[in-house]
Amino acid sequence: MKVVGFLMLLAGWFLVLAAIVLFASPPLRAAFALTGMAVEALGLILAFRSHLIPREEKG
Amino acid sequence: MPAPRLAEVTTVACIFFIFLVPLAAAGLALMNVGLGRSRSAGHMMMASLSALAVAGLAYFVCGFAWQGFIGGPGHALNLAGKNWNWIAAEPFFFRKLSFDGSAASLVALFQIFCVGLAALIPLGSGADRWRLRASCLSTGVLAAVIFPLFAHWVWGGGWLAQLGVNYGIGRGFLDVGGAGSIQALGGLTALAVTWILGPRRGKYSADGMAPAIPGHNAVLVLFGCVLALVGWVGLNSAGAILFTGGEPSGTALIGINTMLAASASALTAAFITKIRFGKPDASLTANGWVGGLVASSASCAFVSPAEAVVIGSIAGAVITFAIEWLELRMEVDDPGGSVSVHAVGGICGLLALGVFGQFQRPVLNVVGDSLPSTMIGIAPGQWLAQLIGVATLLGFVLPLTYGVNRLLNRFYPFRVSVEGERQGMDLHELGAGAYPEFITHTDEFLPR
Repeated sequence: MKVVGFLMLLAGWFLVLAAIVLFASPPLRAAFALTGMAVEALGLILAFRSHLIPREEKG
Repeated sequence: MPAPRLAEVTTVACIFFIFLVPLAAAGLALMNVGLGRSRSAGHMMMASLSALAVAGLAYFVCGFAWQGFIGGPGHALNLAGKNWNWIAAEPFFFRKLSFDGSAASLVALFQIFCVGLAALIPLGSGADRWRLRASCLSTGVLAAVIFPLFAHWVWGGGWLAQLGVNYGIGRGFLDVGGAGSIQALGGLTALAVTWILGPRRGKYSADGMAPAIPGHNAVLVLFGCVLALVGWVGLNSAGAILFTGGEPSGTALIGINTMLAASASALTAAFITKIRFGKPDASLTANGWVGGLVASSASCAFVSPAEAVVIGSIAGAVITFAIEWLELRMEVDDPGGSVSVHAVGGICGLLALGVFGQFQRPVLNVVGDSLPSTMIGIAPGQWLAQLIGVATLLGFVLPLTYGVNRLLNRFYPFRVSVEGERQGMDLHELGAGAYPEFITHTDEFLPR
Protein backbone atom coordinates (compact mmCIF):
# COMPACT_ATOMS: atom_id res chain seq x y z
CA MET A 1 0.00 0.00 0.00
CA LYS A 2 2.93 2.29 0.82
CA VAL A 3 4.47 1.91 -2.65
CA VAL A 4 1.10 2.37 -4.35
CA GLY A 5 0.55 5.57 -2.38
CA PHE A 6 3.83 7.08 -3.50
CA LEU A 7 3.32 5.90 -7.08
CA MET A 8 -0.05 7.64 -7.08
CA LEU A 9 1.59 10.84 -5.86
CA LEU A 10 4.00 10.64 -8.79
CA ALA A 11 1.22 9.72 -11.23
CA GLY A 12 -0.83 12.72 -10.10
CA TRP A 13 2.14 15.00 -10.65
CA PHE A 14 2.66 13.62 -14.17
CA LEU A 15 -1.00 14.30 -14.92
CA VAL A 16 -0.52 17.90 -13.85
CA LEU A 17 2.57 18.20 -16.06
CA ALA A 18 0.69 16.61 -18.94
CA ALA A 19 -2.08 19.16 -18.49
CA ILE A 20 0.42 21.99 -18.97
CA VAL A 21 1.93 20.53 -22.15
CA LEU A 22 -1.10 18.99 -23.83
CA PHE A 23 -3.87 21.54 -23.36
CA ALA A 24 -3.82 25.15 -24.46
CA SER A 25 -7.40 25.88 -23.44
CA PRO A 26 -7.40 27.23 -19.85
CA PRO A 27 -10.59 25.41 -18.66
CA LEU A 28 -9.42 22.07 -20.04
CA ARG A 29 -5.96 22.56 -18.61
CA ALA A 30 -7.40 23.48 -15.21
CA ALA A 31 -9.74 20.47 -15.20
CA PHE A 32 -6.91 18.10 -16.07
CA ALA A 33 -4.62 19.64 -13.46
CA LEU A 34 -7.35 19.33 -10.82
CA THR A 35 -7.76 15.68 -11.75
CA GLY A 36 -4.02 15.24 -11.18
CA MET A 37 -4.36 16.89 -7.78
CA ALA A 38 -7.21 14.51 -6.93
CA VAL A 39 -4.98 11.54 -7.78
CA GLU A 40 -2.27 13.04 -5.56
CA ALA A 41 -4.78 13.43 -2.73
CA LEU A 42 -5.69 9.75 -3.00
CA GLY A 43 -2.00 8.85 -3.01
CA LEU A 44 -1.43 10.98 0.09
CA ILE A 45 -4.31 9.28 1.91
CA LEU A 46 -2.86 5.87 1.02
CA ALA A 47 0.60 6.94 2.17
CA PHE A 48 -0.81 8.14 5.50
CA ARG A 49 -2.87 5.00 6.02
CA SER A 50 0.05 2.73 5.19
CA HIS A 51 2.04 4.36 8.00
CA LEU A 52 -0.55 3.77 10.71
CA ILE A 53 1.01 1.80 13.53
CA PRO A 54 -0.12 -1.84 13.81
CA ARG A 55 -1.93 -2.53 17.11
CA GLU A 56 0.67 -5.09 18.24
CA GLU A 57 3.46 -2.50 17.93
CA LYS A 58 1.70 0.11 20.08
CA GLY A 59 2.58 0.70 23.70
CA MET B 1 27.64 35.93 -18.72
CA PRO B 2 27.94 38.97 -16.41
CA ALA B 3 25.59 38.68 -13.44
CA PRO B 4 22.88 41.35 -13.20
CA ARG B 5 23.50 44.13 -10.67
CA LEU B 6 21.11 45.84 -8.28
CA ALA B 7 21.07 49.55 -7.46
CA GLU B 8 23.39 50.37 -4.54
CA VAL B 9 20.64 51.27 -2.08
CA THR B 10 18.79 48.09 -3.01
CA THR B 11 21.95 46.06 -2.42
CA VAL B 12 22.50 47.58 1.03
CA ALA B 13 18.88 47.03 2.03
CA CYS B 14 18.99 43.48 0.71
CA ILE B 15 22.16 42.64 2.68
CA PHE B 16 20.60 44.09 5.84
CA PHE B 17 17.49 41.92 5.40
CA ILE B 18 19.56 38.82 4.59
CA PHE B 19 21.53 39.23 7.84
CA LEU B 20 18.25 39.04 9.78
CA VAL B 21 17.49 35.57 8.39
CA PRO B 22 19.69 33.63 10.87
CA LEU B 23 17.38 34.91 13.62
CA ALA B 24 14.60 32.84 12.06
CA ALA B 25 16.87 29.81 12.36
CA ALA B 26 17.63 30.68 15.99
CA GLY B 27 13.90 30.98 16.67
CA LEU B 28 13.09 27.63 15.11
CA ALA B 29 15.94 25.96 16.99
CA LEU B 30 14.71 27.35 20.32
CA MET B 31 11.16 26.22 19.55
CA ASN B 32 12.34 22.72 18.70
CA VAL B 33 14.28 22.57 21.96
CA GLY B 34 11.37 23.82 24.06
CA LEU B 35 8.81 21.52 22.46
CA GLY B 36 10.95 18.42 23.07
CA ARG B 37 11.81 16.64 26.31
CA SER B 38 14.31 18.10 28.81
CA ARG B 39 16.51 15.02 28.54
CA SER B 40 17.05 15.71 24.81
CA ALA B 41 17.38 19.51 24.94
CA GLY B 42 21.15 19.71 24.55
CA HIS B 43 21.04 17.15 21.77
CA MET B 44 18.44 19.17 19.88
CA MET B 45 20.51 22.35 20.06
CA MET B 46 23.59 20.40 18.98
CA ALA B 47 21.64 18.86 16.10
CA SER B 48 20.42 22.33 15.07
CA LEU B 49 23.95 23.72 15.02
CA SER B 50 25.19 20.66 13.13
CA ALA B 51 22.35 20.95 10.61
CA LEU B 52 23.22 24.60 9.94
CA ALA B 53 26.88 23.67 9.49
CA VAL B 54 26.28 20.67 7.24
CA ALA B 55 23.69 22.53 5.17
CA GLY B 56 25.99 25.50 4.63
CA LEU B 57 28.90 23.33 3.55
CA ALA B 58 26.81 21.10 1.29
CA TYR B 59 25.28 24.16 -0.33
CA PHE B 60 28.77 25.59 -0.88
CA VAL B 61 30.06 22.36 -2.44
CA CYS B 62 27.29 21.70 -4.97
CA GLY B 63 23.98 23.19 -3.81
CA PHE B 64 24.45 26.61 -5.36
CA ALA B 65 25.82 25.05 -8.53
CA TRP B 66 22.54 23.22 -9.06
CA GLN B 67 20.29 26.00 -7.84
CA GLY B 68 21.80 28.94 -9.70
CA PHE B 69 20.14 32.32 -10.07
CA ILE B 70 17.85 34.15 -12.44
CA GLY B 71 19.66 34.65 -15.74
CA GLY B 72 22.39 32.14 -14.94
CA PRO B 73 23.33 29.10 -17.05
CA GLY B 74 21.11 26.03 -16.83
CA HIS B 75 20.15 22.76 -18.48
CA ALA B 76 16.80 22.68 -20.24
CA LEU B 77 14.62 20.00 -21.78
CA ASN B 78 12.68 20.88 -24.88
CA LEU B 79 9.06 19.74 -24.62
CA ALA B 80 6.63 20.63 -27.39
CA GLY B 81 8.76 23.57 -28.44
CA LYS B 82 9.13 25.04 -24.94
CA ASN B 83 12.25 25.03 -22.80
CA TRP B 84 11.88 23.39 -19.39
CA ASN B 85 14.84 24.65 -17.41
CA TRP B 86 15.27 21.97 -14.74
CA ILE B 87 18.73 22.45 -13.19
CA ALA B 88 21.38 25.15 -13.08
CA ALA B 89 24.86 24.66 -14.49
CA GLU B 90 27.07 26.76 -12.24
CA PRO B 91 30.53 25.51 -11.25
CA PHE B 92 30.94 23.88 -7.81
CA PHE B 93 32.43 25.65 -4.76
CA PHE B 94 31.11 29.11 -5.73
CA ARG B 95 33.77 29.31 -8.44
CA LYS B 96 33.17 32.11 -10.98
CA LEU B 97 30.93 33.86 -8.46
CA SER B 98 32.13 37.44 -8.03
CA PHE B 99 31.47 38.88 -4.57
CA ASP B 100 31.04 42.44 -5.72
CA GLY B 101 27.41 43.09 -4.88
CA SER B 102 26.11 41.23 -7.90
CA ALA B 103 22.62 39.75 -7.63
CA ALA B 104 24.17 36.28 -7.92
CA SER B 105 26.38 36.82 -4.88
CA LEU B 106 23.41 38.11 -2.86
CA VAL B 107 21.38 35.06 -3.90
CA ALA B 108 24.23 32.81 -2.71
CA LEU B 109 24.39 34.66 0.62
CA PHE B 110 20.63 34.53 1.09
CA GLN B 111 20.35 30.86 0.15
CA ILE B 112 23.15 29.65 2.39
CA PHE B 113 21.00 30.85 5.31
CA CYS B 114 17.74 29.62 3.77
CA VAL B 115 19.04 26.09 3.26
CA GLY B 116 19.99 25.98 6.95
CA LEU B 117 16.48 27.10 7.85
CA ALA B 118 14.97 24.32 5.72
CA ALA B 119 17.31 21.81 7.37
CA LEU B 120 16.14 22.78 10.87
CA ILE B 121 12.50 21.96 10.17
CA PRO B 122 12.73 18.13 10.12
CA LEU B 123 14.66 18.18 13.43
CA GLY B 124 11.48 19.22 15.25
CA SER B 125 9.59 16.18 14.03
CA GLY B 126 12.45 13.78 14.84
CA ALA B 127 12.95 15.13 18.36
CA ASP B 128 13.84 12.69 21.16
CA ARG B 129 14.72 9.80 18.82
CA TRP B 130 16.69 10.91 15.73
CA ARG B 131 20.40 10.13 15.96
CA LEU B 132 22.76 13.04 15.46
CA ARG B 133 24.85 11.57 12.65
CA ALA B 134 21.74 10.36 10.83
CA SER B 135 20.24 13.85 10.96
CA CYS B 136 23.51 15.26 9.56
CA LEU B 137 23.42 12.75 6.69
CA SER B 138 19.81 13.61 5.88
CA THR B 139 20.61 17.32 6.07
CA GLY B 140 23.52 16.88 3.68
CA VAL B 141 21.30 15.35 1.02
CA LEU B 142 18.58 17.94 1.58
CA ALA B 143 21.01 20.83 1.20
CA ALA B 144 23.03 19.37 -1.66
CA VAL B 145 20.28 18.02 -3.88
CA ILE B 146 16.62 18.36 -2.90
CA PHE B 147 16.53 22.02 -1.83
CA PRO B 148 18.67 23.31 -4.73
CA LEU B 149 16.61 21.43 -7.30
CA PHE B 150 13.25 22.80 -6.17
CA ALA B 151 14.69 26.24 -5.40
CA HIS B 152 16.06 26.39 -8.94
CA TRP B 153 12.63 25.66 -10.35
CA VAL B 154 11.12 28.49 -8.29
CA TRP B 155 13.88 31.05 -7.72
CA GLY B 156 16.53 30.21 -10.31
CA GLY B 157 14.48 30.77 -13.44
CA GLY B 158 13.39 27.13 -13.62
CA TRP B 159 10.30 25.69 -15.28
CA LEU B 160 7.91 26.59 -12.44
CA ALA B 161 8.96 30.25 -12.62
CA GLN B 162 8.57 30.16 -16.39
CA LEU B 163 5.00 28.84 -16.42
CA GLY B 164 3.82 32.40 -17.06
CA VAL B 165 6.07 33.24 -19.99
CA ASN B 166 6.02 29.75 -21.53
CA TYR B 167 2.36 28.81 -21.11
CA GLY B 168 0.59 31.99 -20.05
CA ILE B 169 -0.29 30.57 -16.63
CA GLY B 170 -0.44 33.66 -14.42
CA ARG B 171 3.03 35.03 -13.71
CA GLY B 172 4.40 31.56 -13.19
CA PHE B 173 4.74 29.98 -9.78
CA LEU B 174 5.52 32.72 -7.24
CA ASP B 175 6.97 32.24 -3.78
CA VAL B 176 8.34 35.47 -2.36
CA GLY B 177 9.89 34.31 0.91
CA GLY B 178 10.06 30.55 0.58
CA ALA B 179 6.68 29.22 1.76
CA GLY B 180 7.22 26.40 -0.71
CA SER B 181 10.97 26.33 -1.37
CA ILE B 182 11.96 26.44 2.31
CA GLN B 183 8.95 25.77 4.51
CA ALA B 184 6.81 23.22 2.66
CA LEU B 185 9.94 21.42 1.43
CA GLY B 186 11.26 21.24 4.99
CA GLY B 187 7.84 20.24 6.33
CA LEU B 188 7.43 17.42 3.81
CA THR B 189 10.93 16.18 4.69
CA ALA B 190 9.81 16.29 8.32
CA LEU B 191 6.83 14.11 7.39
CA ALA B 192 9.11 11.61 5.63
CA VAL B 193 11.45 11.53 8.63
CA THR B 194 8.55 11.03 11.06
CA TRP B 195 7.22 8.14 9.00
CA ILE B 196 10.66 6.51 8.88
CA LEU B 197 11.43 7.02 12.58
CA GLY B 198 8.03 6.02 13.91
CA PRO B 199 6.55 7.48 17.11
CA ARG B 200 8.32 7.94 20.43
CA ARG B 201 7.99 5.02 22.83
CA GLY B 202 4.79 5.22 24.80
CA LYS B 203 3.18 7.80 22.50
CA TYR B 204 0.47 5.44 21.24
CA SER B 205 -0.95 2.75 23.51
CA ALA B 206 -2.63 -0.47 22.43
CA ASP B 207 -6.02 0.80 23.64
CA GLY B 208 -5.93 3.59 21.06
CA MET B 209 -5.00 6.40 23.44
CA ALA B 210 -2.35 8.98 22.52
CA PRO B 211 -1.21 10.68 25.73
CA ALA B 212 0.23 14.15 25.23
CA ILE B 213 3.97 14.46 25.81
CA PRO B 214 4.23 18.17 26.58
CA GLY B 215 7.26 20.28 25.70
CA HIS B 216 9.59 21.01 28.60
CA ASN B 217 10.07 24.77 28.28
CA ALA B 218 7.29 27.10 27.10
CA VAL B 219 9.50 30.16 27.63
CA LEU B 220 12.02 28.97 25.05
CA VAL B 221 9.18 28.23 22.63
CA LEU B 222 7.59 31.67 22.98
CA PHE B 223 10.92 33.50 22.84
CA GLY B 224 11.69 31.50 19.70
CA CYS B 225 8.49 32.92 18.18
CA VAL B 226 9.69 36.51 18.70
CA LEU B 227 13.10 35.77 17.20
CA ALA B 228 11.41 34.04 14.29
CA LEU B 229 9.35 37.19 13.57
CA VAL B 230 12.49 39.29 13.11
CA GLY B 231 14.07 36.62 10.94
CA TRP B 232 10.94 36.26 8.83
CA VAL B 233 10.72 39.98 8.11
CA GLY B 234 14.26 39.68 6.73
CA LEU B 235 13.45 36.50 4.85
CA ASN B 236 10.34 37.89 3.15
CA SER B 237 11.89 41.28 2.40
CA ALA B 238 15.12 39.88 0.95
CA GLY B 239 13.16 37.32 -1.07
CA ALA B 240 10.92 40.03 -2.50
CA ILE B 241 13.92 42.11 -3.59
CA LEU B 242 15.92 39.22 -5.04
CA PHE B 243 13.23 37.08 -6.66
CA THR B 244 10.38 39.39 -7.60
CA GLY B 245 12.29 42.57 -8.41
CA GLY B 246 10.86 44.45 -5.43
CA GLU B 247 12.22 47.81 -4.25
CA PRO B 248 13.36 48.52 -0.67
CA SER B 249 10.47 51.00 -0.35
CA GLY B 250 8.05 48.08 -0.73
CA THR B 251 9.39 46.27 2.32
CA ALA B 252 7.22 48.32 4.70
CA LEU B 253 4.17 46.51 3.33
CA ILE B 254 6.00 43.20 3.58
CA GLY B 255 6.91 43.77 7.24
CA ILE B 256 3.35 44.80 8.10
CA ASN B 257 1.85 41.82 6.29
CA THR B 258 4.26 39.42 7.97
CA MET B 259 3.40 40.76 11.42
CA LEU B 260 -0.35 40.81 10.74
CA ALA B 261 -0.44 37.27 9.37
CA ALA B 262 1.47 35.93 12.39
CA SER B 263 -0.74 37.86 14.81
CA ALA B 264 -3.99 36.72 13.22
CA SER B 265 -2.80 33.14 13.05
CA ALA B 266 -1.62 33.04 16.68
CA LEU B 267 -4.82 34.62 18.00
CA THR B 268 -6.94 32.24 15.93
CA ALA B 269 -5.04 29.28 17.38
CA ALA B 270 -5.39 30.68 20.92
CA PHE B 271 -9.12 31.29 20.38
CA ILE B 272 -9.74 27.80 19.01
CA THR B 273 -7.84 26.11 21.84
CA LYS B 274 -9.66 28.27 24.41
CA ILE B 275 -13.02 27.26 22.97
CA ARG B 276 -12.12 23.58 22.73
CA PHE B 277 -10.02 23.00 25.86
CA GLY B 278 -11.16 25.80 28.19
CA LYS B 279 -7.78 27.57 28.23
CA PRO B 280 -5.51 28.81 25.44
CA ASP B 281 -2.72 26.37 24.69
CA ALA B 282 0.76 27.97 24.66
CA SER B 283 2.44 25.48 22.34
CA LEU B 284 -0.41 25.49 19.81
CA THR B 285 -0.52 29.29 19.91
CA ALA B 286 3.22 29.36 19.25
CA ASN B 287 2.74 26.93 16.37
CA GLY B 288 -0.03 29.18 15.09
CA TRP B 289 2.30 32.19 15.24
CA VAL B 290 5.00 30.46 13.19
CA GLY B 291 2.34 29.02 10.88
CA GLY B 292 1.17 32.58 10.18
CA LEU B 293 4.75 33.60 9.40
CA VAL B 294 5.10 30.62 7.07
CA ALA B 295 1.82 31.37 5.30
CA SER B 296 2.78 35.03 4.88
CA SER B 297 5.99 34.09 3.09
CA ALA B 298 4.41 33.30 -0.26
CA SER B 299 2.26 36.36 -0.72
CA CYS B 300 3.49 39.12 1.61
CA ALA B 301 4.50 41.40 -1.27
CA PHE B 302 1.29 40.98 -3.27
CA VAL B 303 -1.58 41.28 -0.78
CA SER B 304 -3.09 44.09 1.25
CA PRO B 305 -2.80 44.14 5.07
CA ALA B 306 -6.47 43.12 5.41
CA GLU B 307 -5.87 40.14 3.14
CA ALA B 308 -2.79 39.21 5.20
CA VAL B 309 -5.05 39.06 8.28
CA VAL B 310 -7.45 36.75 6.42
CA ILE B 311 -4.58 34.53 5.23
CA GLY B 312 -3.15 34.36 8.76
CA SER B 313 -6.54 33.51 10.29
CA ILE B 314 -7.14 30.71 7.82
CA ALA B 315 -3.62 29.35 8.36
CA GLY B 316 -4.03 29.48 12.15
CA ALA B 317 -7.28 27.52 12.04
CA VAL B 318 -6.04 24.95 9.51
CA ILE B 319 -2.77 24.37 11.37
CA THR B 320 -4.44 23.94 14.75
CA PHE B 321 -6.77 21.24 13.41
CA ALA B 322 -4.00 19.68 11.28
CA ILE B 323 -1.79 19.18 14.35
CA GLU B 324 -4.58 17.31 16.14
CA TRP B 325 -5.61 15.33 13.05
CA LEU B 326 -2.08 14.22 12.28
CA GLU B 327 -1.32 13.28 15.88
CA LEU B 328 -4.55 11.49 16.78
CA ARG B 329 -5.93 10.17 13.49
CA MET B 330 -2.84 9.64 11.34
CA GLU B 331 -0.52 8.68 14.23
CA VAL B 332 2.20 11.06 13.10
CA ASP B 333 4.26 11.79 16.22
CA ASP B 334 5.65 15.23 15.46
CA PRO B 335 6.80 16.88 18.72
CA GLY B 336 7.67 20.20 17.06
CA GLY B 337 4.55 20.37 14.90
CA SER B 338 6.85 20.76 11.89
CA VAL B 339 4.61 18.96 9.42
CA SER B 340 1.52 21.00 10.23
CA VAL B 341 3.23 24.35 10.69
CA HIS B 342 5.66 24.25 7.78
CA ALA B 343 4.13 21.87 5.23
CA VAL B 344 0.44 22.66 5.78
CA GLY B 345 1.09 26.34 6.56
CA GLY B 346 3.36 26.69 3.53
CA ILE B 347 0.82 25.12 1.19
CA CYS B 348 -1.92 27.38 2.63
CA GLY B 349 0.25 30.41 1.89
CA LEU B 350 1.06 29.31 -1.65
CA LEU B 351 -2.59 28.76 -2.50
CA ALA B 352 -3.57 32.03 -0.81
CA LEU B 353 -1.33 33.91 -3.25
CA GLY B 354 -3.31 32.40 -6.11
CA VAL B 355 -6.56 33.59 -4.54
CA PHE B 356 -5.63 37.00 -3.10
CA GLY B 357 -2.58 38.08 -5.12
CA GLN B 358 -2.71 41.55 -6.72
CA PHE B 359 0.18 42.59 -8.92
CA GLN B 360 0.38 46.36 -8.78
CA ARG B 361 4.07 46.43 -9.59
CA PRO B 362 6.31 44.55 -12.02
CA VAL B 363 7.15 40.97 -11.21
CA LEU B 364 10.57 39.77 -12.27
CA ASN B 365 10.41 36.69 -14.43
CA VAL B 366 12.60 34.93 -16.94
CA VAL B 367 12.17 34.24 -20.62
CA GLY B 368 14.35 31.48 -22.02
CA ASP B 369 17.72 31.56 -20.34
CA SER B 370 18.58 35.18 -19.89
CA LEU B 371 16.04 37.80 -20.86
CA PRO B 372 14.28 39.37 -17.87
CA SER B 373 10.83 40.79 -18.51
CA THR B 374 8.33 42.54 -16.30
CA MET B 375 4.60 42.29 -16.28
CA ILE B 376 1.97 44.37 -14.56
CA GLY B 377 -1.75 43.92 -14.05
CA ILE B 378 -4.08 41.10 -13.14
CA ALA B 379 -2.83 37.55 -13.47
CA PRO B 380 -5.47 35.17 -14.81
CA GLY B 381 -4.52 31.62 -13.98
CA GLN B 382 -2.25 32.53 -11.07
CA TRP B 383 -4.19 30.08 -8.90
CA LEU B 384 -3.32 27.33 -11.40
CA ALA B 385 0.37 28.24 -11.31
CA GLN B 386 0.30 28.01 -7.51
CA LEU B 387 -1.59 24.70 -7.71
CA ILE B 388 1.06 23.28 -10.06
CA GLY B 389 3.75 24.29 -7.56
CA VAL B 390 1.87 22.57 -4.73
CA ALA B 391 1.35 19.48 -6.92
CA THR B 392 5.11 19.40 -7.54
CA LEU B 393 5.82 19.57 -3.81
CA LEU B 394 3.43 16.72 -3.04
CA GLY B 395 3.99 14.62 -6.15
CA PHE B 396 7.74 15.03 -6.63
CA VAL B 397 9.43 16.42 -3.51
CA LEU B 398 7.65 14.18 -0.98
CA PRO B 399 8.37 10.86 -2.79
CA LEU B 400 11.93 12.01 -3.49
CA THR B 401 12.73 13.03 0.09
CA TYR B 402 10.99 9.92 1.47
CA GLY B 403 12.90 7.60 -0.89
CA VAL B 404 16.26 9.22 -0.19
CA ASN B 405 15.79 9.22 3.58
CA ARG B 406 14.56 5.63 3.55
CA LEU B 407 17.68 4.64 1.62
CA LEU B 408 19.89 6.47 4.11
CA ASN B 409 18.03 4.77 6.95
CA ARG B 410 18.85 1.40 5.44
CA PHE B 411 22.59 2.09 5.53
CA TYR B 412 22.68 4.11 8.74
CA PRO B 413 19.61 3.59 10.97
CA PHE B 414 17.98 6.87 11.95
CA ARG B 415 16.41 5.80 15.20
CA VAL B 416 18.24 5.64 18.50
CA SER B 417 18.20 2.37 20.46
CA VAL B 418 15.48 1.65 23.01
CA GLU B 419 17.96 2.16 25.82
CA GLY B 420 19.10 5.45 24.29
CA GLU B 421 15.55 6.75 24.04
CA ARG B 422 14.84 5.80 27.62
CA GLN B 423 18.05 7.39 28.85
CA GLY B 424 17.56 10.55 26.80
CA MET B 425 19.45 11.75 23.76
CA ASP B 426 21.65 14.09 25.82
CA LEU B 427 23.25 11.40 27.96
CA HIS B 428 23.16 8.71 25.29
CA GLU B 429 24.67 10.65 22.40
CA LEU B 430 26.47 13.57 24.04
CA GLY B 431 27.39 12.11 27.43
CA ALA B 432 26.02 15.08 29.37
CA GLY B 433 22.59 16.56 30.05
CA ALA B 434 21.51 20.09 29.17
CA TYR B 435 20.30 20.73 32.71
CA PRO B 436 22.72 18.89 35.04
CA GLU B 437 21.31 20.58 38.15
CA PHE B 438 17.73 19.50 37.45
CA ILE B 439 16.20 16.52 39.22
CA THR B 440 15.27 13.88 36.69
CA HIS B 441 11.81 12.42 37.10
CA THR B 442 12.27 8.77 37.90
CA ASP B 443 9.18 7.70 35.97
CA GLU B 444 10.92 8.77 32.77
CA PHE B 445 13.42 5.96 33.31
CA LEU B 446 10.88 3.23 34.05
CA PRO B 447 10.98 0.51 31.40
CA ARG B 448 7.80 0.52 29.33
